[in-house]
Amino acid sequence: MADLTTNFIGIKSPNPFWLASAPPTDKEYNVRRAYEAGWGGVVWKTLGSEGPPVVNVNGPRYGAIWGADRRLLGLNNIELITDRPLEVNLREIKQVKRDYPDRALVISLMVPCDEESWRAILKAIEDTGADGVELNFGCPHGMSERGMGSAVGQVPEYIEMVTRWVKQHSRMPCIVKLTPNITDVRKPAEAAKRGGADAVSLINTINSITSVNLDSFAPEPTIDGKGAHGGYCGPAVKPIALSMVSEIARNPETRGLPISGIGGVTTWRDAAEFMALGAGTVQVCTAAMTYGFKVVQEMISGLSQYLDEHQMSVGDLVGRAVPNVTDWNQLNLNYVTKAQIDQDLCIKCGRCYAACEDTSHQAIAMSDDRTFTVKDEDCVACNLCIDVCPVESCITMRQLGKGEVDPRTGKTVGDYANWTTHPNNPMAQAAE
Amino acid sequence: MTNSPLTPGIVAGRLGAEALAGNFADIAPRFDAHEARVAADRCYFCHDAPCMTACPTTIDIPLFIRQIATGTPEAAAKTIFSQNILGGMCARVCPTEQLCEEVCVREVAEGKPVEIGRLQRFATDSLMAAGVHPFARAKPTGKRVAVVGAGPAGLSAAHRLAMKGHEVVIYDPRPKAGGLNEYGIASYKAPGDFAADEVAWLMKIGGIRVEHGKALGSGLTLDGLRKDHDAVVLAVGLAGVNALRAEGEALDNVLNAVDFIAGLRQAADKAALRIGRDVVVIGGGMTAVDAAVQSKLLGAENVTIVYRRGQERMSASAHEQDHAASAGVRILHNAAPVRVHGNGAAQEVEFAYTEDGPGGLTLKGETFRLKADQVMKAIGQVLDGAPEGLRIEGGKIAVTGAGRTSVPGVWAAGDCASGGEDLTVTAVAEGRDAAEDIHASLMGQAG
Ligand SMILES: Cc1cc2nc3c(=O)[nH]c(=O)nc-3n(C[C@H](O)[C@H](O)[C@H](O)COP(=O)(O)OP(=O)(O)OC[C@H]3O[C@@H](n4cnc5c(N)ncnc54)[C@H](O)[C@@H]3O)c2cc1C
Ligand SMILES: Cc1cc2nc3c(=O)[nH]c(=O)nc-3n(C[C@H](O)[C@H](O)[C@H](O)COP(=O)(O)O)c2cc1C
Ligand code: SF4
Ligand code: SF4
Ligand code: SF4
Repeated sequence: MADLTTNFIGIKSPNPFWLASAPPTDKEYNVRRAYEAGWGGVVWKTLGSEGPPVVNVNGPRYGAIWGADRRLLGLNNIELITDRPLEVNLREIKQVKRDYPDRALVISLMVPCDEESWRAILKAIEDTGADGVELNFGCPHGMSERGMGSAVGQVPEYIEMVTRWVKQHSRMPCIVKLTPNITDVRKPAEAAKRGGADAVSLINTINSITSVNLDSFAPEPTIDGKGAHGGYCGPAVKPIALSMVSEIARNPETRGLPISGIGGVTTWRDAAEFMALGAGTVQVCTAAMTYGFKVVQEMISGLSQYLDEHQMSVGDLVGRAVPNVTDWNQLNLNYVTKAQIDQDLCIKCGRCYAACEDTSHQAIAMSDDRTFTVKDEDCVACNLCIDVCPVESCITMRQLGKGEVDPRTGKTVGDYANWTTHPNNPMAQAAE
Repeated sequence: MTNSPLTPGIVAGRLGAEALAGNFADIAPRFDAHEARVAADRCYFCHDAPCMTACPTTIDIPLFIRQIATGTPEAAAKTIFSQNILGGMCARVCPTEQLCEEVCVREVAEGKPVEIGRLQRFATDSLMAAGVHPFARAKPTGKRVAVVGAGPAGLSAAHRLAMKGHEVVIYDPRPKAGGLNEYGIASYKAPGDFAADEVAWLMKIGGIRVEHGKALGSGLTLDGLRKDHDAVVLAVGLAGVNALRAEGEALDNVLNAVDFIAGLRQAADKAALRIGRDVVVIGGGMTAVDAAVQSKLLGAENVTIVYRRGQERMSASAHEQDHAASAGVRILHNAAPVRVHGNGAAQEVEFAYTEDGPGGLTLKGETFRLKADQVMKAIGQVLDGAPEGLRIEGGKIAVTGAGRTSVPGVWAAGDCASGGEDLTVTAVAEGRDAAEDIHASLMGQAG
């Protein structure tokens, strides 16, 4: 079994699977059981300043969207940071960390945007034994209206400033958690780095309204006839999160900055994908909230098996896909493929036909006996048929070899050539 | 309780009320909302869906399932009813394993089709339970159409004609409308008064009058009907039954399976029905299976279906044969009855082993006997008393196109018409298509 031990900015954990700061990590009871189930680390539910804790709504706080079999695909929440007193959280953190010294325990923090508040909270957590802090600059609801959370995360200067205060007043490793509710995620990451952050984690939740009640005409979850936008997470946000992680991983300004990947991690495979794009650890919230703490066991066994099969270590995996993330204009326009249908696997549902015929390139033929075949002379290799086919691997792409003629364009497949040198590009540079 | 399955002879009350109620309960109860969602989620919304092609009434199955999946079973019901006004009964009685579900791509892929029949029932039940009839009549055309026979074919034709604005009179000798829906279908497929409720719901369209106690051939003549109406639809089903042509057929307790079933369907109290300890059913189709299974459910100890050819030739589907077997019915193949033995009443049936060769069926010399308090004949229904002047083909009223007979102004649909399987759903399709054709020709758009 592969060694999954992780050392992330000096924080050691037996595996890279951490629970994200959220309800699963809101109290000792949960965190003990999470560790028992096998989680490598937790980021404790975000703590606020001393004094009366925040209050949550007393009606429903989650909304969701589902796929077939009511499989939860996306979750939305209007929960705030911890609503339990600071002293209680601190006492519990200390006890848990003492009992599980091999597990990572990071404390998430969110206090008002002034130096004194940050100094005070850092002092308060000093002797808990926690391994590090995560600055919650991401929460998109409730706290942001009070000038915290994503209200800070959306202004790179604030991120830099607060991060600097934290590094000044604490010796703990510092992770800055980023909000995706911005236009260019590289800017806040750069600011965090300038401020001295040891790592960034992303993504926090995305502004969202999951549904509208068509009887009461209010967003859901509905509180007394009204609803507010919440934060979206779960499998549906994974593609957004992966892209943002990759942006930071390949940005020259932030390259090499450790990343804790978050957003829709549900299986070992999701986790491995985040890691391949540069995440040293992953954090999970919705998958645990949907299936319970036990899901980590599949993540552990799956990642181990994968690493064993590929004779890789965790270190080999992290960042391995980053060099292959590029810009569109660098893609090889002489890479030509054609869809092909495996007639033995095809169940003749005709979805590929409907998709291609109605909305793509009319490149699939349907015979009277419902045999579906790709017309190479029309197929542009868009992949839509593969995406809509209910049978995995039934339709695949065949790459045309060099020298083969593409029956659609009549052109012979040549060497690598991209848009920057394409004759149709008005700004093309002459090929050398 | 004094009687049991072991009581000799033909007696009532072999089983207690509770056992009977269980035996005759709904065989495939309605899905609840959760089950329906789960089942609906499995549909791929196929292009030019094979299930739809396999449905004799061409219901838009992917569409109605999607309507269920999106929480609008009433809209799903309307999709179904617009093609098949008896979609409620069909959802219960269609041999889906030989129709839509057989060709469902998920049957092909996984051996587990989308449960189209049960989803159809979920949808149709939700609208019917709400008492909603989703169609309204077009403005009156002033045309009058006679429909002979109130079975599925006749009801389907009548509804479509009424919807188009025609005035419809249905003639049927029996006290209740519904045809075999009311008198033939196995009890556990359509328990309660579903057949009658469905007829009442269908009649809400208006413009349809049923005249009971009126039969073509006794009182009504085709010429008379043609004179009084602008068009006539013959939907009389197959009222005759084939004879065994074996010695002893006239003994007491040798009966037609369809009569036994009709009696059972109409019985208010199943405990009052008399059934033999040993029952022999002769035949190999749906009627044989239904008679045998229901005999067993009434408490007969030994029920045997005897079919003269091999299993592969049985017209009862594999699903139905399995159902019979699981109910405890024994099925014997390759044996034909040669004599019913008994003294006044049947006691035993003697069968000869058969051989099904290229030259036809031959009886071997060797015979065996089965004890039989009752012998039920289920060897096929036949057209009975078709009016003079109609061309007959293969024992049925010959039709071309959408049910046109050889006599102008006369259409035929359902079991009595040539072509098509003898199924409820086929009868509905043929009735509907005849109605459309009649409408087109009455309104001067005939092709
Ligand atoms: C025992 C049994 C079980 C069956 N089970 C199934 C099943 O599970 N699924 C399935 O799909 N199919 C089943 N079938 C077949 C199905 O019932 C028939 O195909 C269907 O009922 C045919 O409809 P129809 O309208 O043509 O005829 P019928 O239902 O037979 O209706 C004919 C009507 O015409 C009336 N009539 C008869 N003679 C005259 C006359 N001279 N004048 C006026 N009216 C007349 C009759 O009283 C009757 O009401 C079964 C059949 C039987 C016998
Ligand atoms: C109910 C709920 C509460 C959350 N609370 C916090 C929080 O207090 N602090 C924080 O940094 N992130 C919070 N998040 C965001 C998660 O930590 C995580 O970034 C997000 O859910 C994406 O990961 P996922 O797709 O695995 O759920 C919360 C998420 C949910 C669902
Ligand atoms: S890849 Fe695109 S163009 Fe080619 S067959 Fe599939 S859907 Fe049509
Ligand atoms: S979508 Fe896939 S399974 Fe369906 S017809 Fe096309 S290739 Fe076959
Ligand atoms: S064949 Fe099956 S999966 Fe396809 S539309 Fe019909 S019911 Fe749905």
